[in-house]
Amino acid sequence: MTPGEDAVKSPTDFSDSVDVQRERRQLAETWREPTGLVGWFSCVHHTTIGRRFIITAFVFFLLGGIEAVLMRLQLARPENRLLGPDLYNQIFTMHGSTMMFLFAVPMMLGLGIYLVPLMVGARNIAFPRLIAFGYYLYLFGGIFLYFMFLLNSGPDNGWFSYVPLAGPQYAPGKRADVWAQLITFTEVSSLVVAVGLIVTVFKLRRPGMSINRIPLFVWAELVISFMIIFAMPTVALASTCLILDRLIGTHFFNPAEGGDVLLWQHLFWFFGHPEVYIIFIPATGIISAILPTFCRRKIFGYTLLVLSLVATGFIGFGLWVHHMFATGLPKVAQSFFTAASMMIALPTGAQIFCWLATLWRGKLVVKTPLLFVLGFFFNFLIGGLTGVMLASVTLNQQVHDTFFVVAHFHYVLIGGSVFPLFGGLYYWFPKITGRMLSERTGRWVFGLMMIGFNLTFFPMHQLGLKGMPRRVYTYLPGLGWEGLNLLATVGGSIMAVSVLLFIVNAFQSLRAGEAANDNPWGAGSLEWATAAPPPVYNFARLSVVAGHDPLWDEFEKQPVVTGVRSDLREVLVTTVLDAAPDHKYLMPDPSMWPFLTAVATTGLFVGSIFTPWAVVIGAVPVTITMIGWFWPKRREQEEQAAAEHGHHSGAGKDEGPVGGERPIWEGQA
Amino acid sequence: MKREDLTIDVSDLPVYAFGARSLMWWGTLGMIVIEGTMFALLIGAYFYLRGRVPDWPPNGLPPQLRWGIVNTVVLLASVLPNIWYQRAAERKDLATVRLGLVISIVFAVAFVVIRFCEFRVLNCHWTTNAYGSVVWTLLGLHTVHLITDLADTIVLTALMFIGPVDGKHFVDVSENAFYWYFVVIVWLPIFAVLYLAPRWI
Repeated sequence: MTPGEDAVKSPTDFSDSVDVQRERRQLAETWREPTGLVGWFSCVHHTTIGRRFIITAFVFFLLGGIEAVLMRLQLARPENRLLGPDLYNQIFTMHGSTMMFLFAVPMMLGLGIYLVPLMVGARNIAFPRLIAFGYYLYLFGGIFLYFMFLLNSGPDNGWFSYVPLAGPQYAPGKRADVWAQLITFTEVSSLVVAVGLIVTVFKLRRPGMSINRIPLFVWAELVISFMIIFAMPTVALASTCLILDRLIGTHFFNPAEGGDVLLWQHLFWFFGHPEVYIIFIPATGIISAILPTFCRRKIFGYTLLVLSLVATGFIGFGLWVHHMFATGLPKVAQSFFTAASMMIALPTGAQIFCWLATLWRGKLVVKTPLLFVLGFFFNFLIGGLTGVMLASVTLNQQVHDTFFVVAHFHYVLIGGSVFPLFGGLYYWFPKITGRMLSERTGRWVFGLMMIGFNLTFFPMHQLGLKGMPRRVYTYLPGLGWEGLNLLATVGGSIMAVSVLLFIVNAFQSLRAGEAANDNPWGAGSLEWATAAPPPVYNFARLSVVAGHDPLWDEFEKQPVVTGVRSDLREVLVTTVLDAAPDHKYLMPDPSMWPFLTAVATTGLFVGSIFTPWAVVIGAVPVTITMIGWFWPKRREQEEQAAAEHGHHSGAGKDEGPVGGERPIWEGQA
Repeated sequence: MKREDLTIDVSDLPVYAFGARSLMWWGTLGMIVIEGTMFALLIGAYFYLRGRVPDWPPNGLPPQLRWGIVNTVVLLASVLPNIWYQRAAERKDLATVRLGLVISIVFAVAFVVIRFCEFRVLNCHWTTNAYGSVVWTLLGLHTVHLITDLADTIVLTALMFIGPVDGKHFVDVSENAFYWYFVVIVWLPIFAVLYLAPRWI
């Protein structure tokens, strides 16, 4: 089941006495993931679910990429007839919706699901069944969208689905409803994952990992989880109101009956702007994980980086109106949001200076992950500069809805997020699979992507300034747009080649790649303290943490936590700030109920596009499956009883955390 | 010093805990924040739409107060049995927990029934105008929470009567009360918005 769990001896997980081997076997048996078809749908370990999230998100990345290539081919020359206007509308909507809702957010959350429990030294994520439920909901939402697209019912109003275009009057048929319900699927999924991640970071950290020792990637995932909790309900509410308007005749967005179309824009962008940071902040976490490893020094300005992340999380909620400068808002609102939009450059700038300082004082090991980070600096800087330009109302109105905006947000999203992501994939691939990706191919992937990306999107700035609007399926010759469009298409093809090369690289490595040891880069965070790939119990030895790069902070000399049972799925729960041991908790066993609940929920969501009664009728199977999920099974009862009565049980309120006045894990060694 | 000497033995720690120490409490809190955000946004939308029209309610008739007040009183009163069984859960007093849960169910059922009376005297309909849409959606969303929590409580009560009850389940009971407090507290601003704001503001 888990290759390497006994064979590979980790440099830090080093005891191999007979007792330890027996304990490892016991742990492997206790935490074993089920096999077979039913078993596949019952898995609950975060590495399994996280891997599925990452792979699924990557598949959607490819689909979104194919749509991008199709658009580029259509625009390669004027009056092209490759795609008609209707199909083009569907394809750019599918591209945007796929990349935002089915690729970027789930990819970042998937990395979080896989890495956060490892980085905080836990044996599983909090609420693993809920996380599994979130995965299936996401998967079904994506399948539903593409199924409807194949039936010529793909959404065609753009990824932000503005009313009145998407309202009942101008969008007959089911296309707008498909978009709205895709939102419901993906938002519910993201929300449950966000809750799981927050609780994992708050309560399941290894003793000693006090709040000032949490790795920066984990901080980033924590901040976006909070952002998700406050941002995603907005879009879920907005899309629900849209469906209500379309299905049962409410008037939220109907000006004739007291509704208001701008309400949609406010609700959407109150989500939509934080969404950009939900995608970007984990990328900064990846950079902060990669840089110390390849600079061979600790990160510069840990505290400042954490504060910047948190500040970005807050300010990210104060910018939404800058997407609406062209809607005729009062001057004072425009000035306020201009100021806020410029203010967010401060924490981002602080982060960049910390990274530069880390690079400056480091001994660089130039490997592929670092190359992608260096590429990030170049590309993101351009995106950041056009961002500051767009924050100004006058310039914003001049280039509103042109290719200048398209260029800007692709520099921010691809340059700011996809480049670090690929760096992260090269960085963590050996941990996840036990195989190294090829360094030589990696350099090619990076080089081609860097060239292809800039060739595609840099000309778009100029196209926008020359007045080419976005979302047009073709244009007339003689407007001076031909050359730049062709250039962008050539660049797009180069990017496509780089992604294909990455896939080839991944498959080759999986089949016959160089075997990775547990810590091939000599990194300092806890995920490298276990085998590659990690065993299902993550860690046998629970060593205390003494710094924010635990493996670089005299890890071998730290005390070890004992007394967490290996015959049960028991984990140690620690306190929020100090991560002092507090109590133990039994993690749930594998179960098929989350999958069944997701199936029932899918029925309800899809049905409610067609009739409001689906909500009432669909609630019955949802309730039944949830009861099945909640109701304790005999085995669980026995395990719980064993946990509670096998030991000194009870949970007296007065029993504080153990450790006395001065915890043993502080100042040891 | 040998490494073996440096261990932290956690064998004696309890295997469950109540309140902010437990995972369940934080999970429930997460759900509460999500739902609370949803309500806050809908209330924001209510006032946003209000600013778009000269008269509010457009037909001049705010919802009738009678059932709304009755419901508020019932809902506030329902906090008492919840506090009662929550405390009992924390001292693992199964008999009191059972009784408290049953009483809470009676309250919740009464509440849902009165809620249907409330819907009948709103003096608007969701298809008439945006005012009607937002009023029905706000009240509807709260009702969904009521019904969900009622179903939840019924299942939990059944478990308390049928199943072998472990310490962990007392934590679930305690969190059930925690969520109910949210449903009660969030009602107060909704009541003020739906019933009082059109009259007084």
